[in-house]
Amino acid sequence: MAGLVYYSSRSGNTQRFVDRLGLTAARIPIDPEGDMPSPRAPFVLVTPTYADGQGRGAVHRQVIRFLNDPDTRCHLRGVIASGNRNFGTTYALAGDVVAQKCGVPVLYRFELAGTDTDVARVKEGLDRFWKTQCLTAT
Amino acid sequence: MKDLPAVRPVPRAINWNRVQDDKDLEIWNRLTVNFWLPEKVPLSNDIQSWSQLTEEEQRLTIRVFTGLTLLDTIQNTVGAPALMPDAITPHEEAVLTNIAFMEAVHARSYSSIFSTLCSTVEVDEAFRWSEENPHLQQKSRLILQEYDAASHPLKKKIASVFLESFLFYSGFYLPMHWSSRARLTNTADLIRLIIRDEAVHGYYIGYKFQRGLERLSEAERAELKDFAFALIFDLYDIETRYTESLYDPLGLTEDVKNFLHYNANKALQNLGFESLFPDELCKVNPAIMAALSPNADENHDFFSGSGSSYVIGKAVATEDEDWDF
Repeated sequence: MAGLVYYSSRSGNTQRFVDRLGLTAARIPIDPEGDMPSPRAPFVLVTPTYADGQGRGAVHRQVIRFLNDPDTRCHLRGVIASGNRNFGTTYALAGDVVAQKCGVPVLYRFELAGTDTDVARVKEGLDRFWKTQCLTAT
Repeated sequence: MKDLPAVRPVPRAINWNRVQDDKDLEIWNRLTVNFWLPEKVPLSNDIQSWSQLTEEEQRLTIRVFTGLTLLDTIQNTVGAPALMPDAITPHEEAVLTNIAFMEAVHARSYSSIFSTLCSTVEVDEAFRWSEENPHLQQKSRLILQEYDAASHPLKKKIASVFLESFLFYSGFYLPMHWSSRARLTNTADLIRLIIRDEAVHGYYIGYKFQRGLERLSEAERAELKDFAFALIFDLYDIETRYTESLYDPLGLTEDVKNFLHYNANKALQNLGFESLFPDELCKVNPAIMAALSPNADENHDFFSGSGSSYVIGKAVATEDEDWDF
């Protein structure tokens, strides 16, 4: 099973979701001075959305900094995005932005800290996803 | 010159370039960028659609909106101001004044809908109804009790998050229902702006609750959690009766209840707590979900092959200057 990297602000929603997945995951630091993970093997990114009404600022600055490293970015295989449906058209928009920028699929969307169904689907989905990735890898 | 008696200490001038909690600035920016007024929504385009509703449907809609007006009024005049003395940072106080004002804008919006679509007599009747409706009065009293100055600062926040993230939804359901049937679509656009604001309010107050909770002992934390779950049970009890009294005639009660469960869980998540209702009781009608977030793919799941497999985002959002590529 390959890697998982996530960002969670101090609201802790994404942290709680990742905790319930029970998978090893590296956290992108909240503090701009903190140590940035630099995965050198395939990974999936889990990111919340911070968009305003027009969709600006959807991806957190720390997540952008993380992806700005080309040696990290080349290992990104997919993105899981969280948000709140109350934000209408910008719901989980960070996933779409990262997908477009990095040419990877949006694997899943969930709200806030996710439901039990979300946790089960993502766990099972990641497991299958990595198996197919291994089969197709050269 | 004689010294004036010290009535209260002079506050320190707020410096937004020295922020102790980044969330304050993040939320201030979000709320101010999202600022809106009801005049920007062309409500008069709904006049024809309104005339196609039955008298019963019209009465229900006006009543639901007076109920929402009451909650916004409470949050504007009591709820948000009650949180200000407990603010930990000066920036938090500033954010709360924004929240208080936007609640006034929300309350004002319903009157804009009324003056565009309804007769004065109908609206006066509905406001009278809201003053006499036992469920509406009961849930207001329950919340106001916690907004009392003597209440625990974190209990005020719990009540506030429940109002923002749970109590509105028995009302919000109806314009989303109409919108899913291509009725009152401009009114629904306005309600979506309110829903967006309330989501930020619930998130922020819930976040401040979690920061406050961190400072307490294990025993105090457990007590507050018990309090929160007890309060949401009581509110849920009132909400189910309110829902039945409003929606039974249209046969929508069960649908609304699922929406209530779903939102109660989100309110608890804003406080950092686990869900109360199991997922099978939160299966919201997909038409309502689609009305809430119109172009968000219903339940996008690449893993199981539902939803579009490759989602391309909106170009505008990728223009942030921080990207290096």
